[in-house]
Amino acid sequence: MSIPTSSIEQVIPGQGSMAQPEVARPGRARRQRFRFLRSAKATTGLVILGIYVLLAIIGPWIAPYDPSARSNDLVQGPSADHWLGTTHLGQDVFSQLLVGTRSVIYVGFLAAIIATTLSVLVGIAAGYIGGKTDDTLSVFTNVVLVIPAVPLMIIITSTLNNVSDTLIAVIIGLTAWSWNARVLRAQTLSLRRRDFVEASRASGESTWRIIGFELMPNLTAVIASGFVGTVIFAVLSEITLAFIGVVNNGWNWGTILFWAQGQQALGQDAWWWFVPAGLAIALLGTSLSLINFGIDEFVSPRLRSAGKTKVKTAQGRTIRMRIGFTPVLESPMVQATRMVPTINTDGATPVAREAK
Amino acid sequence: MEPVLEIRNLNVDYGLGDRAVQAVRDVSLTLHKGEVLGLAGESGSGKSTLAYGMTRLLAPPGAITGGEVIYHPEQGSPYDVLALSDRALRQFRWAETAIVFQGAMNSLNPVHKISTQLTDVLKAHEPKLSEHSRNARAREMLKLVGISTDRMDAFPHQLSGGMRQRVMIGMALILQPQVVIMDEPTTALDVVMQRQILGQLIDLRERLGFSVIFITHDLSLLVEFSNRIAIMYGGRIVEEAPAATLYRDALHPYSKGLLGSFPALRGPRRELSGIPGSPPDLAGMPTGCSFHPRCPKAFEPCSTAIPVLGRPDIPDGAGRSVACWLHPAEQPVG
Amino acid sequence: MRYFLQRIAFYLFTAWAAVTLNFFIPRLVPGDPVQALISKYQGQLSTKSIQSLYVLFGLDKHQSLWQQYIDYWKQIFHGDLGLSFTFFPAPVSQVIGQALPWTVLLVGITTIISFTLGTGLGVLAGWRRGSWADGLLPVTTFFSSIPYFWLGIIAIYLLAGPDSFFPSSGGFDSELVPAWDQYFIPSAIQHSLLPALTILVSSVSGWILGMRNMMVTVSSEDYITVAHAKGLPERRVALSYAARNALLPSVSGFALALGFIVGGTLLVEIVFSYPGLGFTLLQAVGAKDYPLMQGIFLIITIAVLVANLLADVAYLLLDPRTRKEG
Repeated sequence: MSIPTSSIEQVIPGQGSMAQPEVARPGRARRQRFRFLRSAKATTGLVILGIYVLLAIIGPWIAPYDPSARSNDLVQGPSADHWLGTTHLGQDVFSQLLVGTRSVIYVGFLAAIIATTLSVLVGIAAGYIGGKTDDTLSVFTNVVLVIPAVPLMIIITSTLNNVSDTLIAVIIGLTAWSWNARVLRAQTLSLRRRDFVEASRASGESTWRIIGFELMPNLTAVIASGFVGTVIFAVLSEITLAFIGVVNNGWNWGTILFWAQGQQALGQDAWWWFVPAGLAIALLGTSLSLINFGIDEFVSPRLRSAGKTKVKTAQGRTIRMRIGFTPVLESPMVQATRMVPTINTDGATPVAREAK
Repeated sequence: MEPVLEIRNLNVDYGLGDRAVQAVRDVSLTLHKGEVLGLAGESGSGKSTLAYGMTRLLAPPGAITGGEVIYHPEQGSPYDVLALSDRALRQFRWAETAIVFQGAMNSLNPVHKISTQLTDVLKAHEPKLSEHSRNARAREMLKLVGISTDRMDAFPHQLSGGMRQRVMIGMALILQPQVVIMDEPTTALDVVMQRQILGQLIDLRERLGFSVIFITHDLSLLVEFSNRIAIMYGGRIVEEAPAATLYRDALHPYSKGLLGSFPALRGPRRELSGIPGSPPDLAGMPTGCSFHPRCPKAFEPCSTAIPVLGRPDIPDGAGRSVACWLHPAEQPVG
Repeated sequence: MRYFLQRIAFYLFTAWAAVTLNFFIPRLVPGDPVQALISKYQGQLSTKSIQSLYVLFGLDKHQSLWQQYIDYWKQIFHGDLGLSFTFFPAPVSQVIGQALPWTVLLVGITTIISFTLGTGLGVLAGWRRGSWADGLLPVTTFFSSIPYFWLGIIAIYLLAGPDSFFPSSGGFDSELVPAWDQYFIPSAIQHSLLPALTILVSSVSGWILGMRNMMVTVSSEDYITVAHAKGLPERRVALSYAARNALLPSVSGFALALGFIVGGTLLVEIVFSYPGLGFTLLQAVGAKDYPLMQGIFLIITIAVLVANLLADVAYLLLDPRTRKEG
């Protein structure tokens, strides 16, 4: 599975200077929401994801064929009848892809909802309550984190015969929450020490009120980013399970790849059989990653890639903005009168002068 | 007195183009050989931006949009620091002007030993020095700032805050620069430690003869430890005078306000007053004198025209300057 | 030292949790799976293995759950993971013993290369914002969204084949006998190139992005400004000050991400029919070979824990703050 790519997920407790979420100020909330949408990455990601969700809903209705229906066109390339060709049983690959979208999106989102709920409960409780509760929950989180999730899922699903999509989502959800719980715990810990939370505690507000109204609004971005990351993980996991063949009821993109691999699509040069499903996964994954980049940059503006790193001065020189060397920009007239000195590098420092 | 560093009409912006915000405007300031020049102001007045700007250490999106920073080396002719190439600037840094930063806690690299961080300056600036003499020099600096030399191999987290700041001061002096810029060097420390370290620094200055630009929001420290004081407000210098003169008889209402916001250490008791209102937002500077919305003595020209910094129209006006319509300049500075 | 002992205690605890999990999973199976297996392997199963199956699935009604649990631990301490059905009558430990070196070498070496390469590129991308290395990001994002196994399929489709340098399956030339000689080793390396490349391409982007973001974060630390103010050469500021500190969270991230990475790499083995644990796991899943599946899960978990421990040691050496002076 892919390594979590969000920088928020890189927060490791006790490391100091990680990406800290900006504390939202009430008046700026609306403007900030707009700023998130203005990010080209996030918008692109959301549009692509929207198309997938739409296909998940209408896919089975607009599919030209029953994905399991056999025909006499065995392993045919793309044609007007079969846009993405056919399988070894003459099934329509395009229909399989369309119908399979629903299962992928359903499992991805359900698993992410389960995992996010768990991570919020465990992470915030550990970070906010602290003490023995924190110790216990942290050890628990780390144990789940370290045990390899995919082999565990493979064993559980193959032990339970004929698992439904919902059960798969539950299994994935139960194994995939730990990373986000860890991140949320670290964020809660750092927020808890901030003045406004301390003030609420001192003024005797109830724990639930503080968590609901003081902490949660400031954790929204982190939770959202964790959710999106978990959707990616869940989708890849479901497809992996289907590809291995431990889950084999109904169609999803993994099932298509399972049959393609099992029926030697490679050997028959039947690229239409395995390429589209993989591209569908990659595109979905990319769109989710883009959304996460948008959230990331929204949370810590420093990470915004490139942006304005180069400046054109009045003389047409290009100067790079970089740390440690502040650019000097000014009108050409002043520049012309400026004397450029030469420093004698040998014995430039007083230490050396003294040594002589 | 001979000048060692002259800032002329320095302008520093944050951001570029239309969205740029002017943080330092038209600042001219001269540091003389061997003196301690204090720079005071509320947070947001531009005093740290000035320090980072003149050394070109300001992080993006900061940019210098005009002015000169003329440095007078011990030998050779003066030159403009802002015109140096990257390579020359690297050689200039620390050898001629060293800086002690605000965050004493985070100024040291947590993963390297103190000795490594002291000697890598020597390695960069004096490549011909042997390892043995580099270490000897580093030990000497630790002794100078009162740290036992067996802490050479310590990591920063093993030292207290005060010790770390002493290490930073020792590091600043290791190449014997002419100028040391101190940006809120003791803010993070307790009061006893503050005075101890500053007292030590003044001692060292007398022995080694460097000049200091001392930046702080704590005017009481400046009154005690500096020769001259410049007060900044809204990115400009509003008053500059010898420390004793300023303490006794500040001309700008803002300086008076700052002086009135801490109890007198010596001499007669004064009434504590403070300044009403809050510092201006850099993005929306008031027209005219930027202090006028908060100024108790604001009158007709204040909101329309910017007062020029210059020698005030009073009997003892020599050697001091102010930018206030109450005391229109006789001779503008710069 | 205390830190280190804490970590070891944690790994022992995790190992215990994994074994316990392993003990309970077969008990989830509905009905009588042993009867189903006996009829599937008509007459091939010995009485002894049928008995051990009953123990495995907790269907041995004569024993309490607690007694079963104790027995399970005893078996594990004897290195007895049961008998494999697929490779009957080979014991599971032997099957795993043959597959493990392949996986450790392929996945281990590739992961280390990927980490090193990705971290290096991340340092570049983070230090010189807006340079060519920043341009790698969109490309690598796309690659990291692709499942490892599909990339493997595409790699085989495009690069491997009868006439190609890259073999499309297996861990070595089928005419050779595994041995440490001049024929076998080059063949093994040749067979591992394409799977290794697949894992590399899929996993490297995560490290690049992580390290880039850490470099950006660390670059605004005070000690970086101090390093610039000291007039140190740019190389030294970038490597010894920025990258050196940015590496710390990367190393602990490396340890934590291993569990995820292993999952993906097992699938690559399946696509390439590479004789490691992943491919063996596929065969076990296909044959409902429960003892083998469980053994593989246990071994993978332990391998990940050992790798974690090594990463902890590396962290200990890299960060002086975790070292306590005596």
